[in-house]
Amino acid sequence: MQDIKITDLPLNPQACLDFVKDDASGASNSFVGRVRNHTNSKTVVRLEFEAYEKMAIKEMKKIVDTAMKKWPISKIAFHHRTGNLSVGEIAVIICLSTPHRKEGFEACQYCIDTLKETVPIWKKEIFEDGEVWVSATP
Amino acid sequence: MKVKILAFGISKDILGTSAINLELDQHATVGQLKAKLCAEHKEFQKLSSLMIAVNSEYASTDTILNENDEIALIPPVSGG
Repeated sequence: MQDIKITDLPLNPQACLDFVKDDASGASNSFVGRVRNHTNSKTVVRLEFEAYEKMAIKEMKKIVDTAMKKWPISKIAFHHRTGNLSVGEIAVIICLSTPHRKEGFEACQYCIDTLKETVPIWKKEIFEDGEVWVSATP
Repeated sequence: MKVKILAFGISKDILGTSAINLELDQHATVGQLKAKLCAEHKEFQKLSSLMIAVNSEYASTDTILNENDEIALIPPVSGG
């Protein structure tokens, strides 16, 4: 079972954890990405996330489908936030259940690493003295 | 032919709008579209990468564009 979502509303880790509950799966593994208060030595005021939503959902689904082929995942929630986020707010949640922990850790890492490479979502960092689209230029 | 192009992230800032209409030769390729964009807007050349999505899938430079395709500019992604 999959629950893939992009939303401009706050993300809920407990709802994701509840979704992946499965009596045959002893491991519920999660990754939660939050807004950090600095980049290098600069203070981050907030982040703005933008998605090409139709394509981002498709790419997130490809990641989930691949993960479910590679590891014995029974349920997985993959949520990403859009809009303005302040420091500490949750930008992304991956939560998945597997029979044992090892494959859960691996699957979780695969999902977040691949999201950062392929899913068309962009973040702009807003500093006290300017702003920059992350990774846009070398 | 006229195509509509969606712009996201820094590409939206470069174009100053989230969608443009562009006149392309019939059977133009993704590579030709990128060359035209980079020639008209030098800032595109400074990006780490610029991918093009056609109908919400990543497209290679030799993909042929059609009039009703949904084309999108995909600068380096930075989700998560």
